[in-house]
Amino acid sequence: MSVPIAWYLILSAALFSIGVCGFLIKRNIISIFMSIELMLNAVNLAFVAFANRWHQVNGQIFVFFVMVVAAAEAAVGLAIIIAVFRSRNTLNVDQIDLMKL
Amino acid sequence: MHLALFIIFGLLCLGGALNLLLQRHPINSALSLIVVMSSLAVLYLLLGAEFLALAQIIVYSGAIMVLFVFVIMLLNAGLEEKTHGSRAAYLAGIPGMLALLGVLGGTFFTLRSSFGSARLGAYLATTHDLAQVLFRNLLLPFEVTSILILVAILGAVVLARKEH
Repeated sequence: MSVPIAWYLILSAALFSIGVCGFLIKRNIISIFMSIELMLNAVNLAFVAFANRWHQVNGQIFVFFVMVVAAAEAAVGLAIIIAVFRSRNTLNVDQIDLMKL
Repeated sequence: MHLALFIIFGLLCLGGALNLLLQRHPINSALSLIVVMSSLAVLYLLLGAEFLALAQIIVYSGAIMVLFVFVIMLLNAGLEEKTHGSRAAYLAGIPGMLALLGVLGGTFFTLRSSFGSARLGAYLATTHDLAQVLFRNLLLPFEVTSILILVAILGAVVLARKEH
């Protein structure tokens, strides 16, 4: 009983596409941010699948670094969202379209 | 066994991701994202990445998602409203998603014989193996990420602070 690596890669491609779609169609800035996290996770799955295919640890190290960067990105991004909400009182991206107040 | 676990948790992943897309309230999207990340941890375990499976649970579905839920509750985010921009986004987003899925999925499907297959327990990267590479070959990038995290902490504090 073995599972082809290609199935893992196709699952990762499906998750990535759903993340791209969510990034485009969501109007709430927090949902858009969550779609970005979903895309990062999809890429991580592809890295782990390839690490299994070639029996190399380096693929898993990449995932480790992606996790660190994602954690830093989430902290800064959510702080930016809080700052934007304070100045505009909305989370809808259609109303947050100016860099300047 | 491997196949059954892959199908169960792969479907859970896909279902959670689609639910994230379809829900209109951010808290429902956040909870379905937790389902996606936890089932991804099981898939990592199936692929022999035991350290990453635990890190995925602790860092992603623990720390990052708690931060998301915390911000959603802090800002009291409600249902997202439909605007004129959302129709254009639907017109671009759904065909774009299908095209991307077609290209990526088609590529992986045509190359499927060269990828081989994964058996349960055939490959296991232990913490020891990971540490050998991380602390010997990649020590400098590892130290640089600590600076990155320090900068991110400072940035988060400065950005979220109330101005007097």
